[in-house]
Parts: sequence; C-alpha cells; structure tokens
Amino acid sequence: MKHIKTINKANLSATAKKGGCGKCQASCQSACKTSCTVGNQKCANESNN
Amino acid sequence: MIHKFKAKDINILLDVNSGGVHVIDDITYELLDYINLPLAKECPGEIISRLNNKYNSSDIKEAYSEIVSLYEDNLLFSRDIYGDYADTAVESPIKALCLHIAHDCNLRCKYCFASTGDFGTGRKLMPLETGKAAIDFLLEKSAGRENLEVDFFGGEPLMNFEVVKEIVRYARSKEREYGKNFRFTITTNGMLLTDDKIDFINKEMSNVVLSIDGRKEVNDRMRVRVDGSGSYDKIVDGYKRLVENRGDKEYYVRGTYTKYNLDFSEDVLHLYNTGFNQISVEPVMEDESIEYAITEKDLDKIYAEYDKLVCKIAEIKKNNGKINFFHFMIDLDQGPCVIKRLRGCGSGNEYVAVTPEGDIYPCHQFTGHEEYKMGNLHEHTFNENIKKEFAGCHVYSKPSCRDCWAKFYCSGGCNANNYIYNGDIHKAHELSCKIMRKRLECAILAKVCEQLNS
Repeated sequence: MKHIKTINKANLSATAKKGGCGKCQASCQSACKTSCTVGNQKCANESNN
Repeated sequence: MIHKFKAKDINILLDVNSGGVHVIDDITYELLDYINLPLAKECPGEIISRLNNKYNSSDIKEAYSEIVSLYEDNLLFSRDIYGDYADTAVESPIKALCLHIAHDCNLRCKYCFASTGDFGTGRKLMPLETGKAAIDFLLEKSAGRENLEVDFFGGEPLMNFEVVKEIVRYARSKEREYGKNFRFTITTNGMLLTDDKIDFINKEMSNVVLSIDGRKEVNDRMRVRVDGSGSYDKIVDGYKRLVENRGDKEYYVRGTYTKYNLDFSEDVLHLYNTGFNQISVEPVMEDESIEYAITEKDLDKIYAEYDKLVCKIAEIKKNNGKINFFHFMIDLDQGPCVIKRLRGCGSGNEYVAVTPEGDIYPCHQFTGHEEYKMGNLHEHTFNENIKKEFAGCHVYSKPSCRDCWAKFYCSGGCNANNYIYNGDIHKAHELSCKIMRKRLECAILAKVCEQLNS
C-alpha cells in the first residue's frame, strides 16, 4: 500500500477465543503498585505463543 | 473505533478493537476525519471536494481505497464484540495476594499513601500465623490456577524479614501437594538490605521492586528517614549489589514523581546512568490541595517529559544500551488476551490484600476503608458480594472507559484511585487517564519507530 503501512499483526478478536486462562500475572504485581497497566504484560499461556 | 495521533512527524493510526497499528500519510490522516460507516466502496464526491484544495483527486481516491481494503479485512473500524466476554471472569479464582508483612516503616516518605507505613491503622508486624493462614487461603481459593503470586508489601517488609522467609518456606512446602507454582515478589525501600537478604531475595523472588525516586536531591526531598534526613546514600549501594547479583531475573527501580520534579525524565536517566536498566517512574496521586500533587495544570509539562523520554530511550538503544521503561512496554503483536484486558489488575476478584490482623481488602490501597473490608482470615469470613462487585467492574461497566480508545491497554485503570478520588470504583480518575493515554501514545510511537528503523 502506498498511503498506509501496517505495523503489526495484532488480532484481539482471535485472543478472545483462546483467552481467559488466568495463567498470567496479576497486573499490579509487576512494578507499579499505584497504577495498573495491562497492555504491557505478556500472555503466559505457552500454547498461545 | 479508531484513534489517530501525530508524533515526531509520524501519523499513527490505531484500530482499537483489533489492536492494529498503522502508519499513514497526511492525506489518509485528514481523510479519516470525513469517513462515515458503513464505508461506501467508492470515495464519496463530498470527501473529494473537501480535500482537493490540498491534494489531487487521484491520491484521495487511492488513499480511500486503501482504507476500504483494510476495513473489508477487519483491520480498520473493526467491530467491538468483547462485551459478550465481560461476564466470563466473574467466577475467577483468587490467584494473587498482597501481603502486608509490616504495617510499619523506617522511612517517612511525604507522599506515602499508607500514612508512612501503617495505613492509619497502627504500627504492627504480620505474625507468621497470619502469613501461613494467607497462604492456606490462597491455596483454597485458587482452584485450578497453577501460578500463584504473593507480593510482600508494607510498610517496609524487610522490617519483618524472618516472617517473609518462613512464609516462603511454608508456601514452597505446599507446592507439590497442591500442584501450584508460587511466584514471590517484594517491594522494599532498601534501608535494611544486607547481603544475606539480597541472596534470599535473588533466590526466591521472581520480581523485586526497589523504591528510589531518581536524583539524590529529588529522592531526599520526599523519601526521608524518621529524623528528616535523606535515604539516597543509604540505599543506592545495596540496590546496585542486589541488581549485580540478580542475573536475568526481573527487577524494577521504581520512583514517584511529584510537582517538585516535573522534569522526571532526568530522574529516569539518572537511574539509568547509576547502573539500573529496569525502570518505573510514575506520578504521585494526591488530592490537588496538597503542595506536591500533580494537577491538570502540570499536564503539558508532563506530556513533554514523556516525549523527551521516548527520544532519550531511543538514543540509548541506538548506542546499544539496554533500558526498559515500564510504562513504555507494550507488545503490539501479542500481549495479553482481550479477556485479561477487560478488567485490569483483578483487584477484589483475582487479587486481594491481607493486613497483619488478617483482614482482607480488594487491594493494598483499600486498606482501612471498612466498607470494602472483604473478611478476616482468622474469622474465616469472606464477602463474596464484594468479590462479585469487583468482578463486574470492567471497561464496559465504567461509562468513561467504554468510549475510550485506550481501554484495552489500561483496562479501566486503578479501581482504588477511582474510589478514593471519585467515590466510585466505576468512575475513572480522569487525571490518571490523561497521563495513561499519553504514555500509551509514547509506547506505541516507540514501537513504531523501532519497526520503521529495523
């Protein structure tokens, strides 16, 4: 494409089908303790990665 | 829903519901202002006439057809189908505990949300029996969850370190029997760090949060000892030793910025130049009547500091330096699943805090707010209705989150901030939101720049 360059391969809707296993960290446990950031976490389910 | 923004002469377009990120040219950027759904196959004449004083018609039509192509592939203006999943985690097991191992502290940090350590509930240390009861509670409530998290928090947890060690031993002794894997973390102010403690922490803790605000004068203005003197000189060498001996295990030096250091990018760089490369520095949250509180008036300066940080970090990486700024971490390709993204930290639902008395709260920041006391370990009480209230607290039940482009990255923000400053866990704390959205734009920009340069 000439006008639009796509940067990533994200597809959130696909993650809905396999998601919710709960293997990942609770967010606030990582570093902040006062504000929560989920988007910076990794999926901890090996079968999804 | 889409979100577009300009940064460093790059036009960035986020498709909110797919998570797709695109770099677009100026025509496309402007064209998007006139798009109506459902998209017509051909570019409407009205749009062409609005833009053809600046761009030629064939370029406008070409850009439009690229938008249509992405739209048809579900990569642009993709539908929000996630409301149906909002209720799926209501019965979530509890998988994480914040253990208030000490409601006491050897510092008197001026911005402490825990009232200098005791959360306003009197200075005391957690007895081992309470710690063991907390582990038993987690084993019981975690159902099928294998990975369990326990964060040793305070106050200052090193003031009760023998109990920390005993709780770790106790939990480890239960892992095989229950089929669980404990991940321990600890948050410390570093005043009591010794080589023995460093060895134990580095062996047992999967993450360590080391509190320090940055430059000595910045740190020592807020993070003071009981006699009012600064803590910087006492803590920094211990932190260095801990990090040197930690190998590849996770850690963060974690600072708070206030109105006194709105040039906080200098503190991030100071921490990096001191030898730390895992850094989290974030805004103090206080009532705006307090002298050091961040207010709306500070936002332009704060935004400019984050812009500066993006450039500085890129420069460090270009010179083969390693640095990770917590709030710019984002995985655009994978990251957590959308179900995780609906609820954020999981406070009160997947995650609870336990005080030295054995009282259970939705998280550490709710401690002392009696209306949100969930129960007590020794009395074997636990209020499932409060858990349900928190399970029902997600980006679709928070009115201002529903229409926010950042909802799948911040996941509804901090319930405690919402409650403390707006009186309702569903009412977003707008000042936090504004800072969060800026950090997210910076995080996306940094990733885009890395991709474009690779």
